[in-house]
Amino acid sequence: MKSSTKDRLFLAMLLGPTIVLVLAVVAYPFFENVRISLSNMNIYHISDWEVIGFQQYIAVLSEPQFWEILIKTLVWTAVNIIFHVSIGVFLAVLLNQKFVAGKSAWRVLLILPWALPQYITALTWRGMFNYEYGAINLITAKYLNLPAVEWLTSPLEAFMAVILTNVWLGFPFMMVVALGALQSIPGELYEAADVDGASSWSQFWNITAPLLKPAMIPAITLSIVWTFNNINVVWLVSNGGEPNDQTHILVSFVYEAAFSMYRFGWAAALSMIIFVILFTFTQLFLNRTKATESVY
Amino acid sequence: MSLSSFFSKFSTYFVLLFFALVTVYPVTRIITISLRPGDQLLSTSLAFIPEGATLDNYKELIFETAFLQWLGNSFFVSLVVTLTGVALASTAGYALSRYTFRGRNSMLSGLLITQMFPATMLLLPLYVMLIQLQLLNTFLGIVVIYTATALPFCVWQMKGYYDTIPVAMEEAAKIDGCSPWQTFYKVVFPLAAPALVITALFSFMTAWNEYVIANVVLQDTDMFTLPLGLKLFQSSLTTEWGLYAAGSLLVSIPVVLIFLLLSRFLISGLTLGSVKG
Repeated sequence: MKSSTKDRLFLAMLLGPTIVLVLAVVAYPFFENVRISLSNMNIYHISDWEVIGFQQYIAVLSEPQFWEILIKTLVWTAVNIIFHVSIGVFLAVLLNQKFVAGKSAWRVLLILPWALPQYITALTWRGMFNYEYGAINLITAKYLNLPAVEWLTSPLEAFMAVILTNVWLGFPFMMVVALGALQSIPGELYEAADVDGASSWSQFWNITAPLLKPAMIPAITLSIVWTFNNINVVWLVSNGGEPNDQTHILVSFVYEAAFSMYRFGWAAALSMIIFVILFTFTQLFLNRTKATESVY
Repeated sequence: MSLSSFFSKFSTYFVLLFFALVTVYPVTRIITISLRPGDQLLSTSLAFIPEGATLDNYKELIFETAFLQWLGNSFFVSLVVTLTGVALASTAGYALSRYTFRGRNSMLSGLLITQMFPATMLLLPLYVMLIQLQLLNTFLGIVVIYTATALPFCVWQMKGYYDTIPVAMEEAAKIDGCSPWQTFYKVVFPLAAPALVITALFSFMTAWNEYVIANVVLQDTDMFTLPLGLKLFQSSLTTEWGLYAAGSLLVSIPVVLIFLLLSRFLISGLTLGSVKG
């Protein structure tokens, strides 16, 4: 479209309000966060803070707990994504079979976790993990004769509880994305494969998987970023990192440092580090998988 | 499809049923607990309909707690966020889809990059700003932050949808003498209805379901939104399981229904927004 003065005016009208808002509440805070991360701002220096350089970054990186939680965050993200994608694709393939009756009913039941408000899911699972009265221990004791597990009070189990909750939450998204992509795969491909005598297993890996990839890669990328930053589930299921601040991922750790301990400079530096990790990751991942063209 | 020869039909249904049970079970627990009478809240029973089922929890929730107040707060905040989100995303997305101008690409990638910000990245400086502007514990403060959080995704998603609408119709409207604004408002806007629905839904859900930001910004129980209020039942010394469950159910039902009804739109919007760009 040629841009005359009139067009320019119209363009300014369309974009103006958004640009103003984004500058004020996204760009400005972003640079402010950079400034805070270079400062000594904390509960003792809340208005008389000053820029002191990279000390907060050094402080974060030299804290052993940071590395411990970084590893936990990576495990958390990897385990979640692996389960989300494998359960999601598996259910999508099952549902996509011709003979399955009541497809939309199954679909509705299976995307329920996605539809429920996330905080309600998290708080409800916290209740279900209760040692004495929680449904999980009651069921495993009654039907599987397993001893009760201290889900919320020992570090490893609490971390597993958080992961279990988030696996439950996350697979429907992948299932729906995969279902959409499966419907665009032409059935003739499978008929031809049948004629050639290919097994279902090899049909999945040679036809389904490669054709699902273009739809799944952006969804997986987004989902990795969301999971890495998913403070809601971790914070609410573990009630702010219980037991004893052992159940954290980086973002819940920053949240606590900022709003329970008021270590503002330190927290801002850690936020920047998280952002740099995610930014580097997405650039590398999208380049590796050559999905960049489809995202931009 | 010959998968059926591999997994027999029986095992397909068995697996689907298993996962359906897993997804539905926590919801049935909420229902059960919300119906329990006061003396049975700490019960180890797994029965679906509890012994002596009663609606007392609902009565208490509505008449004796601040539930209705929180509901009103949540509704007001979500509505304002939705209206702002739709107004801004529909116009900005259109500009980004139809016009080429300097800074367009950096604007688009800038919006995408905000998705990688951890929650605390903007929350911390905004919190400091809100303190300085004395907007802490106000709805204005929370509405601004929610809009900022939801907007980048909504703009992308609107732009993605406009990209799929052929330009030919707008050219025709122009020839018929429509101004650019009329063309947008009368021709393109109605065509973008499905994407507008998703933008509205996404903005609404962002505000309706958000806990961690509200927890920092809103401090008086009078100002609480629903997530803060329901969490309050859990954090008191003796967890008010009955009230919590009744409240959760009432809050979830409308959202879940809307979500399920619109889920078809949602996924086409998601894939368009993120894949086609």
